[in-house]
Amino acid sequence: MTEIEPTSSRSPAPVGDRRIALVDLLDRVLAGGVVIVGDVRLSVADVDLVHISLRTLITSVSALNPLSDELDSP
Amino acid sequence: MGEQHVVWLYAVTRRLDFAQFPATTGVAQEPVRIVEAADLVAVVGSVGADEFGEDALRRNLEDLDWLEATARAHDAVVDLVTHFGPTVPLRLATVYRDDDSVRASLVAHRGEFDTALRRVTGRTEWGVKGYADPHSIAQHSIDERAGGVGEGTAYLLRRRAVLSAQQAAESKAAANAHEIHEALSRIAVVAKRQPVPHAQLLSKRAQIVLNGTYLVDNERADEFADAVRALDDQHPGIDLDLTGPWPPYSFAGVDQISPQRPQAEGRQG
Repeated sequence: MTEIEPTSSRSPAPVGDRRIALVDLLDRVLAGGVVIVGDVRLSVADVDLVHISLRTLITSVSALNPLSDELDSP
Repeated sequence: MGEQHVVWLYAVTRRLDFAQFPATTGVAQEPVRIVEAADLVAVVGSVGADEFGEDALRRNLEDLDWLEATARAHDAVVDLVTHFGPTVPLRLATVYRDDDSVRASLVAHRGEFDTALRRVTGRTEWGVKGYADPHSIAQHSIDERAGGVGEGTAYLLRRRAVLSAQQAAESKAAANAHEIHEALSRIAVVAKRQPVPHAQLLSKRAQIVLNGTYLVDNERADEFADAVRALDDQHPGIDLDLTGPWPPYSFAGVDQISPQRPQAEGRQG
């Protein structure tokens, strides 16, 4: 009873950017899903978990791709 | 100690005909298997404690490449399970010592899982992001206004015009985003507007004004997609992007029954 068409239907990232798709995914797997306390007590600190990961993400991405404010550039 | 293993949870479902389930591997390339208790089926894998134990996890979660690979592998398994019936995804990094602990947890959380499974049955999660481009909107209106004055004055005039046009464009975009979310919420069973904590990841030109996620009855999936397209056309200042179908990550928790919790979206000072 497959109600949803398998695979393929997941659309690619909008701005054609793999990073954004990753962000969408991390938004969900880190901030969503059922939280039950495993034996490894990481999920207890789920807020920290998300925080850690987003910090990692932001740091590494901004290192790759520093933002410039176009309005202020000559 | 060498080969110590822990058990990684992907998803919980009700009966899973495991004979029909394709052989698949998970976050550690381990074969995915099931553990049953309390009329529930947990989809799990045995993974090395040296990589997925508590200390290792803390360390590895700081590593973006590891995190990406793990998130994608976790999602791939969860996604596969959704094709076999209602599925409650577990949050990334839910790890147990052994199968007995998993069974005990299924028993202990049976009520929560039942509720969550009921909520997601016959429904799918869809994401809609709205990108506004205030700069380009603002840019249009000011180009011709700066003729006939000195260069410095022209710069200041232009700059001021840009800023005020930009403000106007931003509040218009915010109003549009609200309208779009309301319209989509009427089709969805549950709708949520998520904060945009990662606004820094996106170029400032494409500012996110809507980060919505929607649990939609499968019979209304086409209607929902059509609505996204129509709303996209009706709001030229905003680009809408539909993602999905997602496993119901955003609607699996028991704390998430209440609809719309409006958030200040993606505005940095």
